[in-house]
Amino acid sequence: MDELVIAGRSFRSRLMVGTGKFSSNAAMAAALNASGSEIVTVALRRVDIDNPDDDMLKHIDLKRFLLLPNTSGARDADEAVRLARLARAAGCEPWVKLEVTPDPYYLLPDPIETLKAAEILVKEGFVVLPYINADPVLAKHLQEVGTATVMPLGAPIGTNKGIRTRDNIAIIIEQAIVPVVVDAGLGAPSHAAEAMEMGADAVLVNTALAVATDPAAMAAAFAKGVEAGREGFLAGLGKQQQRAEASSPLTGFLRD
Amino acid sequence: MTFSDEMMQYPREELLHQINTCNATQVEQALSAERLDMRDFMALISPAARPYLEQMAQRSHQITRQRFGNNIYLYTPMYLSNECSNGCKYCGFNASNKIPRATLSMEEIEKEARIIHNYGFRHILLLTGEAAKLADNQYLVEAIQRIKPLFSSISIEVYPMDNAGYAQVVDAGVDGLTLYQETYDPELYAELHPYGKKRDYRFRLEAPDRAGVAGMRRIGIGALLGLGDFAREAFYTGLHARYLAKRYWRSQVSVSFPRIRPADGGFAPLEIVSDAQLVQMVCAMRLLLPDAALYLSTRENATLRDNLMPLGITHMSAGSCTAPGGHSKEVESTQQFAIDDDRTPAGMSAIIRAKGLEAVWKDWDSAFLNRAVGAMDDSRVSTSL
Repeated sequence: MDELVIAGRSFRSRLMVGTGKFSSNAAMAAALNASGSEIVTVALRRVDIDNPDDDMLKHIDLKRFLLLPNTSGARDADEAVRLARLARAAGCEPWVKLEVTPDPYYLLPDPIETLKAAEILVKEGFVVLPYINADPVLAKHLQEVGTATVMPLGAPIGTNKGIRTRDNIAIIIEQAIVPVVVDAGLGAPSHAAEAMEMGADAVLVNTALAVATDPAAMAAAFAKGVEAGREGFLAGLGKQQQRAEASSPLTGFLRD
Repeated sequence: MTFSDEMMQYPREELLHQINTCNATQVEQALSAERLDMRDFMALISPAARPYLEQMAQRSHQITRQRFGNNIYLYTPMYLSNECSNGCKYCGFNASNKIPRATLSMEEIEKEARIIHNYGFRHILLLTGEAAKLADNQYLVEAIQRIKPLFSSISIEVYPMDNAGYAQVVDAGVDGLTLYQETYDPELYAELHPYGKKRDYRFRLEAPDRAGVAGMRRIGIGALLGLGDFAREAFYTGLHARYLAKRYWRSQVSVSFPRIRPADGGFAPLEIVSDAQLVQMVCAMRLLLPDAALYLSTRENATLRDNLMPLGITHMSAGSCTAPGGHSKEVESTQQFAIDDDRTPAGMSAIIRAKGLEAVWKDWDSAFLNRAVGAMDDSRVSTSL
């Protein structure tokens, strides 16, 4: 059984979904259901986390989905830590998708503040899933402080550009000792498949679903993309052939 | 996950079957891969890769020049002691061998070190056997402190230590560790190490982890080729190197390819590893680990060493003598194993140059870590260069 294991917890689906930008909570709920996902991330700033009647939360079946609160909107480590603590105090499981994005335009994650916040939250017992730029050394530092995953971006959030950070994500995957979740920028099911074919453990998608004409159908398509990519990876992808040109033979001495 | 856990994902019997059933297509795919996974590596060390040695060598050569430039790094070993309480059946220092024993005094160490320094070496590898009372951590630390002014980088190839031991030697100025597992087959390991502290397979297997935790800058591993079957030893060595590189990401991992040499005690290799297999392993390792340092010692003969130089090797020893005190005097004590390339360091350097490569004698300076040097006082660093 090929399962995604994060912090000792197993998941069948390798597609995580976000809940922002949908035209209605009903459209969001339909997309979540169609995605087959088991992990759903919610911006703490958007919801009234300790209110069971919160309109968005009501649409998320908590028996089916692990609610992964995110700290989106936090501009530094202190703000992110405070948001995570609030979520836990409200009864959420101590899982947090750590986002520290001081730049309001591209919402690019701040590596320094993210590392600081991760260190604090891990010490406080949180399962921390940090959103980062595709920086292999930062990924190393985060794994060292004990984060449960690393979540490098494929392209700036909401751009639907696909995996523009491919070479660095490949290094992160090669060196990772925790699951690698490609987050942000994936705009088409083929992008998700590409990430999985590269050996990513999971992907997180939001905008591509939320802005699709038919979000539920797009969610189902992403689920297939993720599965196809994963199966392709496990089956052992063929490599692009490149012939080594035989200049002067290097192993002739073995025949002497 | 410890390395033992990681090894368990590749059970010995299954692994052998997988390696032996690799086919030409898998080898060709592995040769085309930008990044190798362990399946690719399996194909490259399998019998199916034998017709592809030339292609492997070309790739390996190309990657090595791209990552390391046209350099061969030189170092030399210095044996401090041949006292040993272990019974390793393949080793000349085996406690059961009736050979003259010696442990160099600090004065002798310095004398030996000065000769080595005069050859031009600035990177040195210190070796001992395992003799708790005669050559322990304290002895090593003293030796390191004594020779530190002469060398910019000091590595050790001694007995495995505990965490405190590695922290102690790192603190004293050691920046590199070499520790061969000898064989990754636990049963064979038990057979070959009938007594002594070295019997503890796992303590040795996890020693590189402890060195990594202690902040050792370079960690070198290897299997003694000629003990276990070639393909599995090659595979687990690659797996181990990759494991260490992932976990101790600030350390550079290196791999050596020691083939068994004749030694006192008359041990005959259990498996014959051919020149072609040696080439295959070096090239496969380079393709798996583009940035790893790959070491070749004077165990091999001059012709083979010259031919291996362009194939992926980055570090070579020269002017080696495997008897304690062997540089400064005619010694009675015998060697750990016979060396097969006795060219002088200057001679090696000339040969490296003739191959269009540059011999590098110094590539690091532990003086950089001298904490007494403040930010505004970098003149002291430059004068010591």
